[in-house]
Amino acid sequence: MKHTLAVTVDNKPGVLTRVTTMFRRRGFNIDSLTVGATENPTISRMTIVVEGDDQIIEQVTKQLYKLVNVIKIVDVTNERAVERELVLIKVKADASVRAEVMQIVEIFRARIVDIGKNNLIIEVTGDSAKIDAIEEALRPFGISELVRTGKIAMLRGGCKG
Amino acid sequence: MNCKGAEILINSLKEQGVDTIFGYPGGVVLPIYDVLYDSDIKHILARHEQGAAHAADGYARASGKTGVCIATSGPGATNLVTGIATANMDSIPMVFFTGQVASHLIGRDAFQEADITGITLPITKHNYLVERTEDVEQVVKEAFYIARTNRPGPVVVDLPKDIMDKSIDFTSDKSEVFIHSYRVMKGFNAGQVINAVELIKQAQRPVIYAGGGVIISEASEELRELAEKRKIPVTTTLMGMGAFPGNNYLALGMLGMHGTKYANYAVSESDLLIAVGVRFDDRVTGKIEAFAPHAKVIHIDIDAAEIGKNVAVDIPIVGQVKEVLQAINQRLEAVEELSEWHHTIDRWKLEYPLRYPASCEGRIMPQHVIESIYDMTQGDAVITTEVGQHQMWAAQYYKFKNPRSFISSGGLGTMGYGFPAAIGAKIARPDMTVIDIAGDGSIQMNIQELGTAMQYKVPVIVCILNNQYLGMVRQWQGLFYKKRYSNTDISLQPDFVKVAEAYGAVGMRVTETDQVKDALREAMKVGDRPVFIDFVVEREADVYPMVAPGESLINMIGGDE
Repeated sequence: MKHTLAVTVDNKPGVLTRVTTMFRRRGFNIDSLTVGATENPTISRMTIVVEGDDQIIEQVTKQLYKLVNVIKIVDVTNERAVERELVLIKVKADASVRAEVMQIVEIFRARIVDIGKNNLIIEVTGDSAKIDAIEEALRPFGISELVRTGKIAMLRGGCKG
Repeated sequence: MNCKGAEILINSLKEQGVDTIFGYPGGVVLPIYDVLYDSDIKHILARHEQGAAHAADGYARASGKTGVCIATSGPGATNLVTGIATANMDSIPMVFFTGQVASHLIGRDAFQEADITGITLPITKHNYLVERTEDVEQVVKEAFYIARTNRPGPVVVDLPKDIMDKSIDFTSDKSEVFIHSYRVMKGFNAGQVINAVELIKQAQRPVIYAGGGVIISEASEELRELAEKRKIPVTTTLMGMGAFPGNNYLALGMLGMHGTKYANYAVSESDLLIAVGVRFDDRVTGKIEAFAPHAKVIHIDIDAAEIGKNVAVDIPIVGQVKEVLQAINQRLEAVEELSEWHHTIDRWKLEYPLRYPASCEGRIMPQHVIESIYDMTQGDAVITTEVGQHQMWAAQYYKFKNPRSFISSGGLGTMGYGFPAAIGAKIARPDMTVIDIAGDGSIQMNIQELGTAMQYKVPVIVCILNNQYLGMVRQWQGLFYKKRYSNTDISLQPDFVKVAEAYGAVGMRVTETDQVKDALREAMKVGDRPVFIDFVVEREADVYPMVAPGESLINMIGGDE
């Protein structure tokens, strides 16, 4: 199954390479990876989605901990966590179907962020299931371009992930 | 005080207690070599950076200290790569310093530029590119700290020329190293120790499977106490040779692909496997599903990532092997009686001893040379090896008594390792006889280090088991590729006696079995320069017994003669 790991690392050059090199070298698959700054400028936060059984996830976690620049890893998969992903979808929508597309956008609480003559760009945020669903709903109209940010996650409540 | 980066570097090395380094100069490390010129740190000039790396590695393994090696940028640094990977696979504490082109040239494909931190990322414990002269001291401290603590390993520190040249106002910082994302492992799970003790008490057919971690943790005494207290037979990995005395009645020798039959049978029949400082390497386990099929497994190791990496374990204990064994020993009472299990093992030892056939060609049998080296040294020597058949024969036929007396590239299997490693080991332990057991293929990979051994008068003895083949590959071609000896015949070779003599070293050739010991005796008398002994041995001797790759340990072939 897919696991979401929230990984805090030193914000130093080359740390991303250290992490991805470990995944590549040991044959683990990264489903998605996002990295960005945190409230502390010396620390970055990676959200890594990995496919694998418990044994693989345990190995991934232990091997990550062996990297000197990795500070903390939390597997938020089964925790109470907020997970979000952002996606931009360019969908073919001339005048004849535009109303129908806009209805789907409405249902998913997505937003239209650009209108062209024959297409729309739609912005969606949500968890992966919602994004998969809207993608599915829009596919019949013809998706000409799609870009996903990958998942970010944060534990609910007081404890810091 | 106003100090150059290079001065801070050498000063920091002294702070770490470094008195010997191995290296090779070049353009961008000139500032460092200029400081070394006046320093009391002893610099051993190798003849190839790979030789310097392996010599520093041999020094580290023989002494237990952190090995230090230095090379210039670009090709100097890339020539270290095999040495770094060798140390990484065998968890050897080492710090490698590489020169780098000046900061403003990095990324511009400058002369002799190579991205050595990028290249060595997957084969180091950690690495650094130093960006400011102000950081030099702290980076050196961290590098040594990381290299030697927890599971040891190599650390690379890349030093741009301008950082070494620049002068800054410098005051040494004597504070302890603190790395917020790297903590030294302390303690262990006491509950698991109690569980382990219970299993040991209940076990009818226990076996200890000991590896390099015992030597790194300096836990040989504790291991011996556990084995002797509970009369538990001990098998060691290649890296664990010497962790338990090979001449002890509980010793089973090596296990795995070229292990003894009795070690492999014992592991396969055991009901409790006590795995200490090991990583369940494929050369040890054979077919993993069939490894120790009846045994509960206790796995003691400093590296949590080794637990469950290759096999599922019943009782994992993450911690210093030495401390964990002490805790286990405290909770165990001695047993006096030998059990049925020992009788079974004794029967196997009688029925399936290590043995080898007589020569078909009337030549020296390579195994006989190893036995003779043991007879002559009685285990009181440091043995290094290259990689191949001779390495396995050394592990099989030499009875290693003490930790750090067997120095071999176990994980990476680096040909050309043994000779430079022997030089490093002899520099670390001048009191010991140091012998490199070599093959005629391997010795040619770093034979240029004769120059180093001569320059520093390092009297190592190199025993070449010369079968004029790349023997281990030929053996596999014989077994698995219908004897099609593709590119393994190296009978066109130099006269090794003359090569040694060309450098001013001593060369001998031995062709008769009854001259083997005389030659060794003579070599051990030399004492002021290296000795090469070219033993002309049976060409197609094979290493047996053997577990074919992917087979289970009970399916051993050969060794029945």
